[in-house]
Amino acid sequence: MSRQVDIDIRVPNQTRYLGMIGKIGESLAHTLASYDGDREELAYHLNLVLTEALANAICHANACDPSKEVKVSISASDHELTIRVYDHGQGFNIKQLAKVKVKETDEGGRGVQIIFKLMDRVRYLKKGPGHVLEMTKLLH
Amino acid sequence: MQLNITEQGEIIKIEIQEERMDAHNSGDLKEQMLQLFDEGKCNLIIDLSAVRFVDSSGLGALVSGFKNASAREGSLKLCSLQPQVRSMFELTRLHRVFEIFASVEEALESY
Repeated sequence: MSRQVDIDIRVPNQTRYLGMIGKIGESLAHTLASYDGDREELAYHLNLVLTEALANAICHANACDPSKEVKVSISASDHELTIRVYDHGQGFNIKQLAKVKVKETDEGGRGVQIIFKLMDRVRYLKKGPGHVLEMTKLLH
Repeated sequence: MQLNITEQGEIIKIEIQEERMDAHNSGDLKEQMLQLFDEGKCNLIIDLSAVRFVDSSGLGALVSGFKNASAREGSLKLCSLQPQVRSMFELTRLHRVFEIFASVEEALESY
C-alpha cells in the first residue's frame, strides 16, 4: 500500500496566506502515518520553514506583486518530506546567503539560515521562467 | 495586528493579541513601537503569552524595538513566552540579547 502524500497549492502572492500554508504543514506533521519522532516539534518546524520560504518568494523574488501567484508543493513518503516553493524571481545564491554571519542585533537575514538549520537538504534551482526552493527533511 | 497597549508609570506594556507573528503582521508592531519612541516612551514590556508562532520577521521586529529602545536609553523586555516561541529565540541565539521574564509581574519588578 502506497503511503505517499502529495499536496499542491497555488495562492495569490500575498503574505495573508502565510498562516494558512503554515497550518497545512502542521496538519501534515500530525497526520503522517509512519513518523515516530516529536510531532509537535516537526509541526512547528514545517510551519516555520513553509512560512520563511513563502515569505521569501512573495516579498523578495516576486517583489510583493499581488497579481502574481506562488505555487507550493509538499511530497511526503515514509522516509522523507520535500517542500518546493516556486517563484518568478531572478534568483540568488542561497548558499552564500546561508553563510553570511548575522549579528545578534541585525533585524534581517535569519530566514534562510533557519531553513538550513531545520532541513536536511536545501537547493535553489532554475525552473522555467523562475526558480524553485527545494527543501527536504529526513523523517527518521 | 491586534495589540493591547497599557501604561504603568513610565513603562508601556504591549500585549500581542495574535497567535502568529510573521511577515504579514510584524510591520504593524514595528510601526507602533516607533510611534511610542517618538512620544518619548522608551521602556517597553512585550507580553507574548498569546503568541504560538513567530518567524524571522517577527524576531526582526522585536530586534528593531530593542535597538531603538536601547538607543534612547530605554529598554525592551519580553515576557510569557510559550515553549515553541522560546525555542525560536534559542535557535537564533536571540535569548542572549533580550531580557526574558516568565510573567508580566516579573518583568515589571525588574525596572
